[in-house]
Amino acid sequence: MLHQMSGSIAVAKAIALCRPDVIPCYPITPQTHIVEHLSVLVKSGQLENCSYENVESEFASMSFCIGASATGARTYTATASQGLLYMMEAVYNASGLGLPIVMTLGNRAIGAPINIWNDHSDAMSVRDAGWIQLFVESNQQAVDVHIQAFKLAEALSLPVMVNMDGFILTHAITRVDLPDPEQVDQFLPPFVARQKLDTQSPLSIGAMVGPDAFTEVRYLAHHKQKEALAMIEQQAEEFSDIFGRDSGGLVKSYFADDADIILVAMGSVIGTMQDLVNDLRDEGYSVGILSLRSFRPFPANAICNALKNASQVIVFEKSFAVGMGGILASEIHMATQRYVGENLKIKSVIGGLGGRTITKKSLRKLVDNASKGELDDEVFMDLDGGTVIRELNRQQEDQSSGPIAENILRDIGVVSASKTH
Amino acid sequence: MFQIRIHGRGGQGVVSASELLSVAAFSEGKYSQSFPSFGSERMGAPVQAFARISDSAITIREPVMEPDMLIIQDPTLFNAINVFDGARTEGYLLINSSRTPEQLGIEDMTSTYPKNHVVTLPATELALKYIKQPKPNTVLLGAFAALSHMVNIPALEEAIRGKFPKKIAQANIAATIAGYNLTLKIIQQAQGS
Repeated sequence: MLHQMSGSIAVAKAIALCRPDVIPCYPITPQTHIVEHLSVLVKSGQLENCSYENVESEFASMSFCIGASATGARTYTATASQGLLYMMEAVYNASGLGLPIVMTLGNRAIGAPINIWNDHSDAMSVRDAGWIQLFVESNQQAVDVHIQAFKLAEALSLPVMVNMDGFILTHAITRVDLPDPEQVDQFLPPFVARQKLDTQSPLSIGAMVGPDAFTEVRYLAHHKQKEALAMIEQQAEEFSDIFGRDSGGLVKSYFADDADIILVAMGSVIGTMQDLVNDLRDEGYSVGILSLRSFRPFPANAICNALKNASQVIVFEKSFAVGMGGILASEIHMATQRYVGENLKIKSVIGGLGGRTITKKSLRKLVDNASKGELDDEVFMDLDGGTVIRELNRQQEDQSSGPIAENILRDIGVVSASKTH
Repeated sequence: MFQIRIHGRGGQGVVSASELLSVAAFSEGKYSQSFPSFGSERMGAPVQAFARISDSAITIREPVMEPDMLIIQDPTLFNAINVFDGARTEGYLLINSSRTPEQLGIEDMTSTYPKNHVVTLPATELALKYIKQPKPNTVLLGAFAALSHMVNIPALEEAIRGKFPKKIAQANIAATIAGYNLTLKIIQQAQGS
């Protein structure tokens, strides 16, 4: 049924349709409205047979998820940014133990400097943690991919993280088609745990593994992620058959098949890019988009297949590895070098950091520059060079120039910045 | 696509207004989208919210840079920020004030708009009368409907009923209708003159 509602409320309702048994939660902006609404659904009896636990921290939240999932309970939680960092040890344990927990990450920047707004730094901080990491472009996809996430997690016995841009999606009020419970039940079977703590049939989970077997256990984790590649595609097809919508899958092309220049990105920025590509196609540009909907497992073959006829690829990402550069750009570079060849030019663009507005105008400039062969290999979109140079000068002139964040806030005239010296 | 940007201050219901607009447009079968400017929200701070209404699916996510309709809930913002940034000169302008654009000292900005596209009305006074609170948002939604014809009053009524408890909803619906009627009157008077 069609509704007009915020992304967070829509996700909470989608989670309820999946009939979770246990939801341990700790609130953090920008995902708070998701867990808040789930508590309403449980308290009001709209979500039955579910234990909702308000725990004392994110570390407790993920630890609680691990315990619950190990007893065979369908388990869900949500977090963001510093909350994810605080639960980090348990995040690795959840995947290492092979527990099919589903978690929403309301993507947000990581401090310092503290920043509550959207980027992908939090998702990238767990890129090696062994979780399946999916990205959604819209609130409709957020609803649909969460439903797929439980099925995927339970089929593989592996945790799945659904990445949803904080504020841009969580707080946006848009049209969403919420599926009927019967359809969800048809798609998502009851949870049968691969491993289960049961007093009637005792076993242990979490053995210490030494050098004699650690490599094999870790290899199997890698193998499982590779198995997920086919399963993600298959489940997206099954989903489409039942619900009649395209959601999920590994990658999604938008006019990329015959395009000379292809923009590659993840998440909600795809929407703005689609709007831009519609304009540019009308003007005769040969440009398309490749949306990465699965980041882990990394769909190297699907990416190479989609990019093989392009001459330039602009990899746009909302985070970067400080001291190295674009994370996604590096991974795409590695994948295409292996399978496509070295003639493909890969340009790395970092943008939308800490909630900076991503405008169609700025994206257009990237494509314009690329089409003239003038796009630099690495671009920080809309970077204010003057502000950067003035701070570098302050540091050069004065050994005690003070904290960078406060200096820059004073420089750009944000009056609330406290004067430090 | 019709794009709306609402400027106001924290506590004036700016974000709620954009939400109600998008829900009303949705209930009339249109595609719509609304979102706030995501600042650190606090009472009195400048706040912006955005809405888009379209006959086809909306994919763009950037804030509304070139509004077809600019709604100014608080005229003191003229001195604080450039609310006119990017505004389309063939668009509409709705200002909560009992004063004229000339009296507000913004005639340089408003003179570029087509005749009858600029309306000032005392929305806070009407809000105090109907809602007993200085929240001009629903009065301005009524004015928006009269000025733009992008949504109709029954759809706004339904959206308001869906968001607020019964008593508050009724007061806000009365405020919306008052804003609608006053704006129609203002437009008719301007056409007559």
